[in-house]
Amino acid sequence: MSDLLEAIAHAPARSRADDRLRLVVQAVEDAAPGIRSLVLAHPEGGALPSFLPGSHVVVDCGDRRNAYSLTGPCLTPSTWTVSVLRKPDGGGGSMWMHQLKPGAEVAVTPPRSMFPPVPGAHRHLLVAGGIGVTPILSHVRSAAGWGQEFQVLYGHRPGAAAHAEELAELCGERLETWDDQPGFLARIGQALREQPFGTHLYVCGPPPLMDAAVAAARESGWPQERVHTERFSGEVLEPGEPFTVRLARRGTEIRVPAGVSALEALEGAGLSVPNMCREGVCGECRVPVLAGRPLHRDLFLSTEERDAGDSLMCCVSRSVDAVLELDL
Amino acid sequence: MTTPVQSRPLPQRVRDFPFPFPTDSYRYSTNVEPAGRPKATAGGTWGASVLHVDESYASDAAECEALLRADPSRCQALAHMRPAVWDALLYVLTELERAQPGLFQLEELGHEQFRWTNRALDVEQVFRYGDDSSLPDDPLRWLAPQLQDDLVLLDQREDALWADAGVVTAAADWSMKFDVGMSFLEVHGPVPRIHPERIISRAQDFLMRLAPGEEYRRTNWTMTVGRRLDSGTETYPEWGPDRRLVLGQDLGARLHLRVEVQHLVRLPSSGTIAFLIRTYLLPLDDIALVPAWRDRVAAVLDELPEDMADYKGLTRFRSAAVDWLRAAGAP
Repeated sequence: MSDLLEAIAHAPARSRADDRLRLVVQAVEDAAPGIRSLVLAHPEGGALPSFLPGSHVVVDCGDRRNAYSLTGPCLTPSTWTVSVLRKPDGGGGSMWMHQLKPGAEVAVTPPRSMFPPVPGAHRHLLVAGGIGVTPILSHVRSAAGWGQEFQVLYGHRPGAAAHAEELAELCGERLETWDDQPGFLARIGQALREQPFGTHLYVCGPPPLMDAAVAAARESGWPQERVHTERFSGEVLEPGEPFTVRLARRGTEIRVPAGVSALEALEGAGLSVPNMCREGVCGECRVPVLAGRPLHRDLFLSTEERDAGDSLMCCVSRSVDAVLELDL
Repeated sequence: MTTPVQSRPLPQRVRDFPFPFPTDSYRYSTNVEPAGRPKATAGGTWGASVLHVDESYASDAAECEALLRADPSRCQALAHMRPAVWDALLYVLTELERAQPGLFQLEELGHEQFRWTNRALDVEQVFRYGDDSSLPDDPLRWLAPQLQDDLVLLDQREDALWADAGVVTAAADWSMKFDVGMSFLEVHGPVPRIHPERIISRAQDFLMRLAPGEEYRRTNWTMTVGRRLDSGTETYPEWGPDRRLVLGQDLGARLHLRVEVQHLVRLPSSGTIAFLIRTYLLPLDDIALVPAWRDRVAAVLDELPEDMADYKGLTRFRSAAVDWLRAAGAP
């Protein structure tokens, strides 16, 4: 394996932004009030790529791109299924998804997982809040299929339990559902204190739930490496302070106002930067930093890479200093 | 006087050979590229598919089978790698069919059941994905003789890669049994010249960023005395002394250019990285059939810095090889 290293250390990066699949909506159904499930298939039929539990795809929703978890079986599937929570006051992507009818065409990226199960885990504790149940569902399928130990805590609004029947069928006794928030949070805290060593925690749901679960895990002494969160679902970032990007290769400066991302400002100035999710998840829009301290707000870079301060995800991250010099 | 033009067609093994030298001097370089694209050489073409099934398929299978019987420790898998092993198995069978649809067929029967037909080895097997008992042997062990590549599976967790499973019967002086369970960084601990500049951790970062289904390849090379795929650490007493043999008139037949075509693939449903290593051995007699290769290998060996020649174990015979190749090219 020896000489591999030198070579791949310099390997070229490849853009995934253009790898979209053209799929058609095969079926539409309501999974719960306000939550619609869309079944996507190849126009000519045939298997779609297999995927890791916890995977999401990014869908072009009109002028937005939203990430949605795949909820169906992972192995050589003939369809992919996503469930979309209707957000009338969101960015418009969910409303666009909700108006789709069978036969409609959609552009979808290949699946990617930032939230996979850990193969060596002795046990999986899966916590889902609301629409955050979607990636948990594929985790459950996988754990049940491989005969792994797991437990699911699912909190939802009264009468709005998407995928509850499917989960109950897969989990049996291993599923607990809660429709009152204090009871749900108390149960999470209790469950975190009674897990055997080697258990991994996976949480997906609204940001306050995830913050509470992560804090409770920390208080109960869980090592950070055993706590996994999926945060992309609609978290709204602060508008941030205005700053200036200096483009070293072009010798120009571009102003980035509050509430506008560096990526949007660069695009506004006529530059094209490869990008995909525009939520700091996919890693596509990474740009090299020459001077100034980046204010990292992405979910992609490792701690080491953040500390190095030599690159940033320009779709969400900003600048600590008034001027950030980029190698563009 | 000029050498007569080669009029007979080159043997298939020569036309398929992944000749690794683009220039007259060899240094570590950026030779990673996307997989599955045909690459032209002075002698032919290679690399149209990730797996390449050739005339030595049946004999390689027999050699692998015999070796695994004699030393089952060449096949290793930690318990948590079951999903990864099955993911790799399905990937390999699919790629075999893609490479040679006339010889191999994988049919999906529904409910995660598959029927596998391997006409080259007369294997027909129905199995259920993930069910070890639906195969006559351990899944990796069953797969290994049907695959001409060595296979290592790297698990990704806690911001690192771990060599947690693999079946390796053609190692160039390393051992899967010794390496199993080690991190990517530990596996490469003994390799010289690559530790400055965080080369290993940067390489690991590249691998950890591979998206599902992405496939890359590169070549690596050394030389071996005799047509011997197995030069694993386990059998060093058998092959090690050959490196010190003084080769005579039979040098062209006995000394082989050993080229590894390595593929790096992120498997789709486990997220594991499959590291496939296919080893090709071509004697200098065959290299000399392609004048451009003959001259290029002579130039590369002649120019190779001493420390690199030492590291590849070529010191004892490289000047004899250069002389032989130049004599083969002389009018």
